[in-house]
Amino acid sequence: MSESPPPPRVSLRAIFRTFLLIGATSFGGGVVAYLREMLVENRRWLDDEEFLSALEISQTLPGLNATNMSIIVGDKLRHVPGALAAFFGMVLPGTLVVMVLGILYGQHSHNAWVAGALDGVAAAAVGLLLAVTVQIARKELHGVVDVVIVLVTCLAVSELHVPLYIALLVIGPVAIWLYRPRAAARRGDR
Amino acid sequence: MSQLLSLLGVFGLLSILAVGGGTAILPEMKHLTVTRLGWVTADQFVEIYSLGQMAPGPNMLMVSVIGYRVAGYLGALAALVGFFLPACLLTLGASRLWVHFAGSPWREAVQRGLAPVAIGLMAAGVIAIAKVATRDAATIALAAVVTVILLWRHINPALLILAAGVLGLLVLRG
Repeated sequence: MSESPPPPRVSLRAIFRTFLLIGATSFGGGVVAYLREMLVENRRWLDDEEFLSALEISQTLPGLNATNMSIIVGDKLRHVPGALAAFFGMVLPGTLVVMVLGILYGQHSHNAWVAGALDGVAAAAVGLLLAVTVQIARKELHGVVDVVIVLVTCLAVSELHVPLYIALLVIGPVAIWLYRPRAAARRGDR
Repeated sequence: MSQLLSLLGVFGLLSILAVGGGTAILPEMKHLTVTRLGWVTADQFVEIYSLGQMAPGPNMLMVSVIGYRVAGYLGALAALVGFFLPACLLTLGASRLWVHFAGSPWREAVQRGLAPVAIGLMAAGVIAIAKVATRDAATIALAAVVTVILLWRHINPALLILAAGVLGLLVLRG
């Protein structure tokens, strides 16, 4: 991103308002699609390549995709104040809504209708998570090595109950080593 | 006070481990908040997760509801600060560093190597929620139908979530 032309001068208010809109309208977990439409198509603050580059970084770094994207894009547009404006815009609407729902839930969690509705949503959420995972897997997995890493990671955490930090500290470096520059070149991997 | 500190600690730790996003830390979050600390039951955990699905923005904002149940409004704030402050600082610093390494073959290796790890963690996250949320034929069928529809066509997932909520209200109650 450092080689690209300087981004357009954007006001902090515009950054906050734009991310507030994304934060308030992105239902159902697919924040990336909303981000792209708003930042690339609508506001033209980033071109496609810059957007994908920011997305790659936010997917590789720990943390939520949506908030990582807000920090990276806000920082790119207006440095730290921009990152803050984008982050708070992104999380404020959802936080308010989920807190109101949470308080109502606390008062009505024994209500059979509420419990039934939440059971339905939970089952649909499983379907949504599964579909998103399959979609990402289809795009990102390229061979047997990838599939083995996925299976080992999933089994370690899900069945063997290996603590997450241990799984990351052991499997992460091994996976990176498997794709170390020389090995990747020798295998003719991209 | 100690409750607030443990909310900060637990969610702070989870957030910096979230390689692969929110789904990747669901098993660990469930283990810590349900089994280890007893803040919520497994059913409550999944119900609170469902609340997150009904709100806009990142669905992990539901950590505020767990914090609220532990220690009121301050608890909600502690959970949010814990969950976002360390991870956001890390992102800010690391993304600037990342730009410096543009074109480095090691940057590519990190990206390439961590992608399948993240997907494995996401799969474990799906399993953690599914173990609680899909325990009978009706909920398994509902999850399967949603998966198939979403893989088949481009439809706003929020509509399916809403429809499943209404269906659950009518069919799954009691």
